[in-house]
Amino acid sequence: MKRRDFLHYTGLGLGAGLLSQIPIIGKAVPLDTPWYTIDPARKKELADVALNAARSKGASYTDVRIGRYLNQFLMTREDKVENIVNTESYGIGIRVLANGCWGFASTDQMDKDSIARTAATAVAIAKENARLLTTPVQLAPQKGYGEVSWKTPIEKNAFEVPVKEKVDLLLSVNDVALKGSADYVESRMFLVNEQKYFASSDGSYIDQDVHRIWPSFTITKIDKTTGKFETRDALSAPRGMGYEYMIPRESDKIKGVTTLYRDRYDMVEDARQGAQQVGEKLKAKSVEPGKYDLILDPSHLWLTIHESVGHPTELDRVLGYEANFAGTSFLTLDKWESKKFQFGSPLVNIVADKTQPGSLGAVGYDDEGVGTQKWDLIKDGVLVNYQAIRDQAHIIGLNQSQGCCYAQRWSDVQFQRMANVSLQPGAASLTPAEMIKKVEKGIFIAGNGSFSIDQQRYNFQFGGQLFYEIKNGEIVGMLKDVAYQSNTQEFWNSCAAIADKRDYRLGGSFFDGKGQPSQVSAVSHGSATARFNGVNVINTARKI
Amino acid sequence: MPILSKEAAQALLKKVLAHSKADECEVLLFGGESSNVRYARNAVSTSGASSKSMLVVSSAFGKKLGTATINEYDDASLEKVVKRAEELARLAPENPEYMSVLGPQQYATASATYNKETAAIDPAYRAEAVAQSLSITKQNHLVAAGYLENNVGFSAMMNSKGLFAYYNSTDVNLSITVRTEDGTGSGYAAKAYNDVTKLDIKKESSAAAMKAVGSKGAKALEPGKYTVILEPAASIVLLENLIFGMDARSAEEGRSFLSKAGGKTKLGDKLMDDSVTIYSDPWHPDMPTSYYNFDGRPQEKITWIEKGVVKNMYYSRYWAQKDNVKAVPSPDAFIMEGGTDSLEDLIKSTEKGILVTRLWYIRSVDPQTLLFTGLTRDGTFYIENGVIKHPVKNFRFNESPVIMLNNVEALGKPERAVSGESGASAILPPMKLRDFTFTSLSDAI
Repeated sequence: MKRRDFLHYTGLGLGAGLLSQIPIIGKAVPLDTPWYTIDPARKKELADVALNAARSKGASYTDVRIGRYLNQFLMTREDKVENIVNTESYGIGIRVLANGCWGFASTDQMDKDSIARTAATAVAIAKENARLLTTPVQLAPQKGYGEVSWKTPIEKNAFEVPVKEKVDLLLSVNDVALKGSADYVESRMFLVNEQKYFASSDGSYIDQDVHRIWPSFTITKIDKTTGKFETRDALSAPRGMGYEYMIPRESDKIKGVTTLYRDRYDMVEDARQGAQQVGEKLKAKSVEPGKYDLILDPSHLWLTIHESVGHPTELDRVLGYEANFAGTSFLTLDKWESKKFQFGSPLVNIVADKTQPGSLGAVGYDDEGVGTQKWDLIKDGVLVNYQAIRDQAHIIGLNQSQGCCYAQRWSDVQFQRMANVSLQPGAASLTPAEMIKKVEKGIFIAGNGSFSIDQQRYNFQFGGQLFYEIKNGEIVGMLKDVAYQSNTQEFWNSCAAIADKRDYRLGGSFFDGKGQPSQVSAVSHGSATARFNGVNVINTARKI
Repeated sequence: MPILSKEAAQALLKKVLAHSKADECEVLLFGGESSNVRYARNAVSTSGASSKSMLVVSSAFGKKLGTATINEYDDASLEKVVKRAEELARLAPENPEYMSVLGPQQYATASATYNKETAAIDPAYRAEAVAQSLSITKQNHLVAAGYLENNVGFSAMMNSKGLFAYYNSTDVNLSITVRTEDGTGSGYAAKAYNDVTKLDIKKESSAAAMKAVGSKGAKALEPGKYTVILEPAASIVLLENLIFGMDARSAEEGRSFLSKAGGKTKLGDKLMDDSVTIYSDPWHPDMPTSYYNFDGRPQEKITWIEKGVVKNMYYSRYWAQKDNVKAVPSPDAFIMEGGTDSLEDLIKSTEKGILVTRLWYIRSVDPQTLLFTGLTRDGTFYIENGVIKHPVKNFRFNESPVIMLNNVEALGKPERAVSGESGASAILPPMKLRDFTFTSLSDAI
């Protein structure tokens, strides 16, 4: 995951010297402009220009993505609105195969001549680079779907909710935090709408309308006597939902030592609770390092799943395409071929799923025109599959892509990105409370904090937001300075219990980073609360 | 949009401002052309070219500010974007922290950030560069993955008080990871320059190849505190978090490693070893950067750490006014002084230690102590009695750059480095540091 937060990407306060790193955020749209889409017939007309131009220049395959991407960022701190930014980015990306090699070019000049020139550029790049090819690209067959469409099943379009309503909510969040024990609070809402049109020489014309939402906050409290400070981040999850996510429902709350949220989020309640907890964090006991049984809430475990299962099962990493940047994978092909590599304990079942409602990665079709699907990665603890795209499918004996291709914008080339990768809930009836009762020496962790994993996804270290000490089946108080370290295979083999489906929830990220030039993608990870025995916990307190 | 000259940018921005009806208006224009080729498994994988630009219009009525951006430049679009910024300004709540735009500034001579040879890089150059790199790895039965990117860009700003500034730049960035065919060894090299004639593709590829061959058969050492020699490609990923975290406001608010109890800061305190001096200089001949900040403030040569003492923090204009101090902008890059010893000299003078090529996946663990975690990668070696004895398995570390710079044994000759995490540039010496904290072992190669 990329470490820069989304504030960086709003990008209006950027130094000129950083030009090469600036993501162009596109045209602005008025704050309360009516939400509209572009006529698919117009997009088909433009796509056909690109398809025909590429074919005439010698492309054996072409796909075209016409994207209109809308973002809205609302940023507040204390009683101030720091910024409200609306952006719109509209353009076309054209990918071709010529002489067995990929080529790609993009433009925001949406006239037919510019599009034809861009297609020709993509073909020229492919032909120039073909001399550096060792094996021609082998593309898995894909039927053309004709003219089809798909939309995130939202109930309330967040872009149509008045800006004032959203700002008022964030300022209410700040207000309750400051009335609690907070010294500072920042709250944010980030809305995304990807209007994506895909066409290919296979005969697909696919129109998709994707929505995502991410509310979050950071509360800070300072002990003025000692100069120590602590923060508490929101326990929200970014979701592939509309504004209905922001309308709380009691049935979506999980009450316990801290309240957690399922498919609806109560941001004000979480801030009120966070302001109290950040004070408790300051006074918490510093953890004694050693082996603990960890009870990991889904608001925390999603990130461990992401880093230690999601990334190493990406086939492009396994093959070495990310070797220079994010790295390779310990899940080499021989482990998969053996059909007996014990990735985790027999309780561990992990699926990839691009169809999961409410998830960040849910779409009808991926960015190379493949219908999305759900499949097993880890079955009863054993590695059974990877995540692959069209030019990799043959390597693992598939006659069809698994639909994992994605580009962050129309201007970027699509490549293999993670599906939603989720731990399946336990089959037996079990609640987190029942799980905690059986732990003698343990820590319950909620929310995500620091995270780091090596370039082959063996050794990792994770922090969190809230750490509760468990002694003899009871939560006895809060801990701080906690991080756990493990090896991926040892960790998943130490999985001793998973709560049942009543506890299943999604976490996720808007900013999973990968590739050169680096791109981000949004992905969700679901799980129920799970227990991992005998994990090494370190104390992170230092003095400078 | 093509790369605009100073005169063309000035003419365009004047046209934009002519549409403004706000009390104040400031316009920024960024444009750039970026091209790249990526390779892996000893063959090209993807490549692309993109041309992007952005016009940012900020309009203010009193302390009510609105900002809009666009990437179309016909007259109607320019008028539209100004109107949108003004609509947003009218909708926005008053921002008590709004600072009136600056009047004309006295800038020093523009730094030498633009290089015509770099601007002329074309697809054939990139393909040939990759071919050269691959010739080294293929001849040696090694496997390369790398990335070459070149950029040419400009930025300009103008406001209703008469400020105008223009800057153009080029850069080229190469990184290469070479692995042995059996996957038991890996090496890395990376360089970035404004001037492509300084980039030696074969030299960097050979360096990564040597590291890969040399790192086969790594032995495990117990985690613990070790003397390390960090090559600049390794130390930059820790030091960038120190230098780009020296904001005065967060320090005074009590939420920074530079905070002290009661709203005091560590400005003027000695935090590090006497040998540590870090500064920024937009006119440095080996790493020129922009001579102005995005809000129009002139950049200067600034010393951030001098002989271990915190000499400056950066201030937004609002926070500087509140404190009644000079508003110092954050730097675009940084330079750390060193000595004259080569990396080999540092190795020769080491009784027992670990040589680190690259650090990876750096994440903040505790902002209070600037504690970071991450791992060694792509070439980690054990040194004994002045020679490299054998490769060692990679480590996870938990370390603070503040603690690390208190433990300096020796500094070598500074050289240009590029961060494999953020892409930021610096000039840094190789560093010999005692008591660097490794907390666990990694099986990764």
